[in-house]
Amino acid sequence: MRLRLNALIGGTLMALVVGTAVTSAFWTPQNPLRIAMRARLNAPSAAHWLGTDEVGRDVVSRLMAGAGTSCLVAALTVLAAVVLGSLIGLVAGFARGWVDRVLMLVNDALLAFPGILLALGLLAVMGPSQWGIVTALGLAYTPTVARIVRGAVLSIREREFVEASRSIGNSDAYTMWRHVLPGTVSPLIVLATSLFGWAILAESALSFLGLGVPPPAPTWGNMLSAARPYLETAVWLSLAPGACIALTLLGVNLLGDALRDHLDPRSSPQ
Amino acid sequence: MSLALESAIAVPVPGAAPLLSVEGLRVESGGIPVVQDVSFRIAAGEMLALVGESGSGKTATGRAILGLLPPGLTCAAGAIRLGEEDLARVAPARLRELRGGAIGMVFQEPMVSLNPAMTIGAQLGEALALHSRLSPEAQRAACLAMLRRVQIADPEGCLRAYPHEFSGGMRQRIMLAAVMLPRPRLLIADEPTTALDNLAQAEVLDLMVELARENGTAVLLVTHNLGLVSRYADRALVMQRGRVVEEGPARRLLSAPREDYTRLLVSAMPQRLPRPPRLPSEVLLEARGLTVDYPGRARLFRRLPGKRAVKGVDLAIQRGETVALVGGSGSGKTTLGRAMLRLVQPSGGQLLFRGRDVTTGSGEAVRDFRLACQIVFQDPYSSLDPRQRVGEIVAEPLRHEPGLTAAARAARVAETFEAVGLPGMDRRFPHQLSGGQRQRVAIARAIVRRPALVVADEPVSALDMTVQKQILTLIRSLQAERGFACLFISHDLGAVAEVADRVLVMQDGAIVEQGPRDAIFDAPQHPYTRALLDATPRLMG
Repeated sequence: MRLRLNALIGGTLMALVVGTAVTSAFWTPQNPLRIAMRARLNAPSAAHWLGTDEVGRDVVSRLMAGAGTSCLVAALTVLAAVVLGSLIGLVAGFARGWVDRVLMLVNDALLAFPGILLALGLLAVMGPSQWGIVTALGLAYTPTVARIVRGAVLSIREREFVEASRSIGNSDAYTMWRHVLPGTVSPLIVLATSLFGWAILAESALSFLGLGVPPPAPTWGNMLSAARPYLETAVWLSLAPGACIALTLLGVNLLGDALRDHLDPRSSPQ
Repeated sequence: MSLALESAIAVPVPGAAPLLSVEGLRVESGGIPVVQDVSFRIAAGEMLALVGESGSGKTATGRAILGLLPPGLTCAAGAIRLGEEDLARVAPARLRELRGGAIGMVFQEPMVSLNPAMTIGAQLGEALALHSRLSPEAQRAACLAMLRRVQIADPEGCLRAYPHEFSGGMRQRIMLAAVMLPRPRLLIADEPTTALDNLAQAEVLDLMVELARENGTAVLLVTHNLGLVSRYADRALVMQRGRVVEEGPARRLLSAPREDYTRLLVSAMPQRLPRPPRLPSEVLLEARGLTVDYPGRARLFRRLPGKRAVKGVDLAIQRGETVALVGGSGSGKTTLGRAMLRLVQPSGGQLLFRGRDVTTGSGEAVRDFRLACQIVFQDPYSSLDPRQRVGEIVAEPLRHEPGLTAAARAARVAETFEAVGLPGMDRRFPHQLSGGQRQRVAIARAIVRRPALVVADEPVSALDMTVQKQILTLIRSLQAERGFACLFISHDLGAVAEVADRVLVMQDGAIVEQGPRDAIFDAPQHPYTRALLDATPRLMG
């Protein structure tokens, strides 16, 4: 029952975010990019539900427009990291031996680097753009995913059902795909949901350094970093994107948990 | 019936007041009784066995005495008297004092009941430091004496060693030493040897009985194995579904059981029934001088020496024949079984399937061999993918069967489920089945492709006695019906006696004795075979 409620809340939140992002492509209350220097830093009112920012742009409109960019960047980043990291982790854990050693050597070297620094370096080369961010952050998160997946694979490959699969005559690739990979799904979903959060925040950090999604396109991250100087005079500027990020993360986490439980046959009734 | 029981326990060992008396014990899990109306007494120095299958409540009963019920289980009613005290009511602090002091406990898994991060010396000292006022030197001396007593070769070195340096049997002996050090009045041993092979089992239990006798310790032995009851216990209590079914002197209980359930348990003990003589037929799979080496662990700059697990074994299995491979843990029997299927690559020797060399490569002969030979693993909990429905698990081997339509495949799966006694269960997940049912699924997976040979690696040693019996019967009847040969790997000669045509005894990677079943059982030649036979639990007159 509790589980259903979690899934319901998570689902509703995510539906809201996605709905908003889609709507913003056709309609926002006002043009999110229109500057109105005479209406700078207005408090929330009937005309501007969440006030205006430092150059007089409507915050609600910018939030709506930012939902799409932020979530898309985060989702693609996670997808890239999970696909690449799983592949590396799966091969390393299953093959072991020198393949494992070489892959993990490179992996650990990357892991020893702060992810954001790595992304920074990559972005400096590629130049700031949406795709640049996805590539840079995706690569930065890949080593973590690879480590987690490798660990799960190492424990699963010792289970007898893997040997049973080989004794039937299945190929290694099939065994990995059919018997080993599904077992890594639980830790992977937990990791992916938290990565989603990190990606949104990392994008904002990169924006802050001027390497994020280039202005004037709004993202929750660059809205948050732009609002920092006005924390005392115009608190809504920080609260609004902050609340959006928090609620989205909550939604992703709840949905991730529900998905994990749904995918695990052991959680079905006896 | 409960009246009859009362009168039965009213006469304990003459002249001895009960050390522990349990009355009307009731353990609940969320309001549902797990144990109910359990009453028994143990006199000082007595050995009482608590017998039952998984889920009978025997472990919960043993743990309730120490107040060590797992979360979710509560002791709802009853009195547990140790001397004057009611353990169901004393303060937790007092219970802690008694645990490890007056009452010792040995658990089932020696691998997990010793702390891997502490030296043996530190763990042995722990209980003594808590429950006695000995000086550190005296403690050390007591530890050394006890280790010597449980026949640890180098007691001084042992104190400095860590648990992983010892085998399962050694660990259980160390565990026993730790528990017996404070000279408890009562020892609760919960399936203490179920994880060990028969040789180690006999060693540990013999030692336990000797130590208990020397110290006048009473023992509550929780077990599912009637053979152990018959060998070691004075009295026994049979439990089923949380209730005591029958109680009495162990010997009487086993030779003349009064209740149907006890009779069922007794009849589940392995028996050696006459087998029809086999006519020699063509050789199906043959190993010639088969050798398997395990490489040593790689250290920083060198490789540690490896281990030769199988040392040049010759073995031929004929069509339809059941060959049993017996030996203790570490004898190499499992490795040999795996190597016979090339799940482990042999490092020397030759493997011939229907006369064709299949030692290396992956040609047509090898493919035929792979498809015709299947394996059943020991642990039905880890050999089935928890994420697949059992129907998918059984259907999977048919992927490699050429020219089978989807309908034919489904029919074959359904027919196989029927054959192993699980009709219509294919939509379930493994976790929804019992251990015995899971092993039936594993057998179904092995036979669905109509193999010529099935390697069964300890297929029943993780199961209860009655379920063991059912699985052995199933294997035998399937074999009679389908005519596949079987390499039956086991440390339990009891199970082997039920199914084998021929027995091979393996020690240290080599076959030390082989012959027809009855010859091995009636006139064993090699001392190792004799030791194995002696250690096999069975009912004794």
